[in-house]
Amino acid sequence: MKALYFAWVRERIGVAEEEIEPPAAVATLGELMGWLAGRGENYAHAFENPAVIRTAVDRLHAKHDAPFAGAREVAFFPPMTGG
Amino acid sequence: MASVSVQSRDYDTAAEIAALTAGRTDVGAVVTFSGLCRDDGGTLEALEIEHYPGMAEGEIARVCAEAEARWPLQGCRVIHRHGAIPPGANIVLVVTASAHRAAAFAAADFLMDYLKSEAPFWKRNRRRDAAAGQPEWVAPKADDADALDRWR
Repeated sequence: MKALYFAWVRERIGVAEEEIEPPAAVATLGELMGWLAGRGENYAHAFENPAVIRTAVDRLHAKHDAPFAGAREVAFFPPMTGG
Repeated sequence: MASVSVQSRDYDTAAEIAALTAGRTDVGAVVTFSGLCRDDGGTLEALEIEHYPGMAEGEIARVCAEAEARWPLQGCRVIHRHGAIPPGANIVLVVTASAHRAAAFAAADFLMDYLKSEAPFWKRNRRRDAAAGQPEWVAPKADDADALDRWR
């Protein structure tokens, strides 16, 4: 599964995208952020306040309690500031 | 059916309006919203706009479909730019066409409110003064979230 990061989440982690293989026990986007946060200081910094991070599954907005099984792509980013 | 573009290049607002109404005699109202880059009191060198390719287009199209379901629109065109945008330049264009003005105004207003909060774009400010350091990410405004409540 591909993980994508945008804006300051991307900057803190240091990569824009990567392949990830979370363990089967990690089922929701919220749990996935917790798992990612344990991968290193850069990830811990990016996900230090998960409540502010917005998440998407296969390019659709999804809440933190949403499961991601079968997804091709998950994304993590700050609140949007377009327009 | 709405037409959506996410692009780095500039656009011609007059040409977009003309394209939306070309060959039609049933359109009574066209409303245009143009979002421009402001210079923040002369301190801004450029806005840098990052986006999520694929999702950005998809989210805008989804919001346009919602607008078309709510109001009797005859046309809907949205263009959102990404990349470095200097003060005075175009950022976003929304054009709505309808038989009567109320629907065209309301739909354009709705589209902008939703674009700001739901379309995956992130702005950061690059300052003229190099001592200002790295460009800072723009924080979302509480007003923008409040604006969405008007449509619920």
